[in-house]
Amino acid sequence: MSSTDADYLHIVTQDKISDRRRDLGRLMIWGSATILLILIVLQSLDQFSTFEFGFTTWRPTLYAYFFWATCLCWAQVILHGEQGRRRLFILPAVLFVISMVIFPLIFALGIAFSSWNLSSPDGRQFNGFDNAIEMWSDPFYWNALKNMVWYILAIIPEYIIAFCLAVLLNSQIKARKFFRVAFLMPLMLSPVAVSWMIGKSMLEIRFGPISRLVRTLGWDNPSFFGSDEIARFMIMVMDAWTFIPFMMIMILAGLQAIPKELHEAAEVDGAPPWKKFWEITFPLMLPVSITAILIRIIFKLKLADIIINVTSGGPGGATDSVTSFIYREYRDRSNVGYGTFLAIVYLILIVIFMTFLIKMAERWSRPRY
Amino acid sequence: MSKQIFFDSKNDVAFKPKRFLGKTLIYLILIFWAIICLFPIYWTVTTTFKTAPDVMKGNLVPWWDFRPKWLGLKSLGLSPDRIFVESTVREEFLKRFYNSMIAAVGSSTLAVLLGSCTAYGLSRFKYRFGFMRNSDISFFFLSQLILPPVVLALPFLVLYKELALLDSRVGLIALYTLTVLPIVIWIMRDQFSSIPTELEEAALVDGLSIWGAFLTIIMPIALPGMVAAFIISLVLTWNEYFFAALLTSSHAKTLPVMVASQTGSQGISWWSMAALSLAAILPLIIIAVILERYIIKGMAAGAVK
Repeated sequence: MSSTDADYLHIVTQDKISDRRRDLGRLMIWGSATILLILIVLQSLDQFSTFEFGFTTWRPTLYAYFFWATCLCWAQVILHGEQGRRRLFILPAVLFVISMVIFPLIFALGIAFSSWNLSSPDGRQFNGFDNAIEMWSDPFYWNALKNMVWYILAIIPEYIIAFCLAVLLNSQIKARKFFRVAFLMPLMLSPVAVSWMIGKSMLEIRFGPISRLVRTLGWDNPSFFGSDEIARFMIMVMDAWTFIPFMMIMILAGLQAIPKELHEAAEVDGAPPWKKFWEITFPLMLPVSITAILIRIIFKLKLADIIINVTSGGPGGATDSVTSFIYREYRDRSNVGYGTFLAIVYLILIVIFMTFLIKMAERWSRPRY
Repeated sequence: MSKQIFFDSKNDVAFKPKRFLGKTLIYLILIFWAIICLFPIYWTVTTTFKTAPDVMKGNLVPWWDFRPKWLGLKSLGLSPDRIFVESTVREEFLKRFYNSMIAAVGSSTLAVLLGSCTAYGLSRFKYRFGFMRNSDISFFFLSQLILPPVVLALPFLVLYKELALLDSRVGLIALYTLTVLPIVIWIMRDQFSSIPTELEEAALVDGLSIWGAFLTIIMPIALPGMVAAFIISLVLTWNEYFFAALLTSSHAKTLPVMVASQTGSQGISWWSMAALSLAAILPLIIIAVILERYIIKGMAAGAVK
């Protein structure tokens, strides 16, 4: 990693680094790396019970890793002076993310091709593509993927509602702050609390307030989680309830950034409000809308808490999202190997889907004049 | 006096029923949506003080159709008559609350520190890391947002078991930091790019080091952005359930996990569930009311270029 000369910040630095200082820096990096490597080797030997060193956990390796990371950061300053100080801005975060994401992902790939029941004493057994074969004939996983498609499609009405609310909030109204805070509220609430507050108590069939309301409206025996479609719809509604404020605020920020002159010009030209919306507001809001929808999709793909707590996937897997399905797969059978395989497949699908979406979004948000 | 030159046209002074109706309609819709947003909170608050018959009858307005009782808070050992008495329930509850707070505040602080440094570095210097340039490094960080938690959950379960970090707050903090880091970097990058580089250049000419300039000049200017990033991280980490449910069992269990583990017994003690849910949502409601503009600022970052 090195900073090139043409930075955004124009400063001239002069660093004279003596040979002794350079040697010290190298020694720090390689010395600590050696300690880390020796510990890894010792612990692995201990793990495969070739030798007995009496390690109970991998903690020593973790500490050695911290030591190495610290030395690496420090040595940057010693080795490269001013340039090293600049690297110090991003190096800790890079190391953190690599150790927390890349390493576990590689580890996950290893787990994914094995049968590993955490509670059984056999430990991990490599089983090749057995997990893939099992996944192929697992109707519940495919069902969960299909549900995800439904859940993602539910973003469209969410977006429309959020847009309408943002337009209303942006109009000349009194008590705007009150409405903004009130509309923001659902986003603040913990999904687990929401699933109790709404899913379990307000939708309680006998005496929940929503059931009462529905009964007075003429549905005699309301059952919100009885049939597949209604249960899925209720999950969508609850998730929409928490996340509409998020899209609304992004869109509101976008609306307020539109220069007033444009509307005034349209007014002078005598454009009717409807036309003003379609010809000015909506096209200008397109980039913001696409960002909001993309972020919303990312959050939607993680949807699980409400499902786990309200329906736990029922009835018959009709409301399962992939995440909640894998969660139950682990909770019920504690098979880490199969669950990880499913998760990895999901990750690959998501990466393909999101790459496609981002490419499409780039094309859409480019002006076509 | 001379004669009047300007006249209001008839069109201007006339009462416009259409405009009036439009306004009313807007307010009606806004109030309707506000009720949708606030009613569940109201329901939870009132249910905390209801007895079983009140819940069954669906009474809604306190003092009018039911008499508030301390049942909900009593079940947590927090009602006036229990607060000074030894109570295991309260200990348990406070421990969970404390765990949640430590995990949320700790990870948000860590994420804001790491994220601001990174965002600052990326907005001011050009890095090269193998084939990766600044935009690639930014993408590397932001792409972590796409990663679903379920992919990391099971490997971490095994890893933490080996590292003896299972059921520990440190483990949770590390994972939570990871999940909110991309969002913090997103917000802070926006914040730093709006600060002119001439400021640091002046500071550097005056003899400050680059870290000195960052800490004493840039950080105070970027503080609103940092507060926004911190609060949004706080909201996400306080509410986090998935990792906490998998990785904690007794010692480091957080409040959402406690709420979730009690839902099985609903129908029996509505008031205690309501009180627990209320405790889980109340801190963030207060934060939302007081610091609303920071939350909006944070979420609007990146929406407007």
